[in-house]
Amino acid sequence: MANVGIVIVSHSPKVAEGAADMVRQMVGQEVPLAWTGGNPSGGLGTSFEAITDAIHRAWSEAGVAILIDLGGAETNSEMAIEMLPEDKRGRVVICNAPIVEGAVIAATEASGGASLAAVRRTAEELSP
Amino acid sequence: MASAEDSITRSREKLPALDAVRKRRLIVAIAGRIIAHVDELTALDAAIGDGDHGHNMRRGFEAVLQDLDALEAMGLSDLLKAIGTKLVMKVGGASGPLYGTLFLALGKALPDEPSREEAAAAFAAAIAAVRARGKSEQGQKTMLDVLIPTCRAFSEGGDLAAVKKVAADAAEATAPMRATRGRASFLGERSIGHMDPGAKSSSLMIAALCDEWGEA
Repeated sequence: MANVGIVIVSHSPKVAEGAADMVRQMVGQEVPLAWTGGNPSGGLGTSFEAITDAIHRAWSEAGVAILIDLGGAETNSEMAIEMLPEDKRGRVVICNAPIVEGAVIAATEASGGASLAAVRRTAEELSP
Repeated sequence: MASAEDSITRSREKLPALDAVRKRRLIVAIAGRIIAHVDELTALDAAIGDGDHGHNMRRGFEAVLQDLDALEAMGLSDLLKAIGTKLVMKVGGASGPLYGTLFLALGKALPDEPSREEAAAAFAAAIAAVRARGKSEQGQKTMLDVLIPTCRAFSEGGDLAAVKKVAADAAEATAPMRATRGRASFLGERSIGHMDPGAKSSSLMIAALCDEWGEA
């Protein structure tokens, strides 16, 4: 079974890319990973289409865990999940966790073959 | 008694049908009203948010305007869903999914030739969808603080000028509120004294709709 994939969604492409760099340093290529940041014009913000694309890039049959920063990242990610094909929709979750620490710990958990539920739970333990 | 029956009969009559020309004029009116107020929306959002609401909404509605020829040929339901999808794709920020959900849900709930009663029910259903999308309720200094009283005024049979005034007053009434949802909630007490930008953009769209519809 493939490892759970990780998607990082920040308003800032630099934050998203930087968090992804930290994830790669920890887990190498063992976890499918994608990041996105910025609105459809490239400014600070989030984009439904870019998030949808990132979910597909990090796709794993074991599911995908999304780490987000602020409001629009969450709302756009929720919308992106709802618009996925039905067979994928139930295998993507948003983790209520700090984006950088959450991404690193979720990916570390995922690299050991943990289930999507376990990956999410581990990340969310950071937000008591 | 007779007048109550009259009013029920009236609410069940179909609203004037929209031909392609009128659909086009309505879309242009709403998009144009938002685009004309970009700077004001941006200033409101700069005061209590991240300052991108005006630009985000302009990007969304400019994309809608590019599809006018296709949109005017659609039935009302498909037209609203197409606008909703475009706003989700192009607006960015939280307002993209929120307004996108509003239009998508309106499109799902509205028949192509609605009565006023059906239009009011669809408006209420769309507001419920926005509440769920934003995990928000009335009184949190958001677009819901305009949409909910406007829907009530429309459902109770108010004429379009009255509905428009309810929306404008409701947007103004968000100024003294303390934000508890959205980016403005980070400011806590400091959000008090500024009109909510989402409430303003909602009231602008409603005003444009009422003005253009009133031209029938």
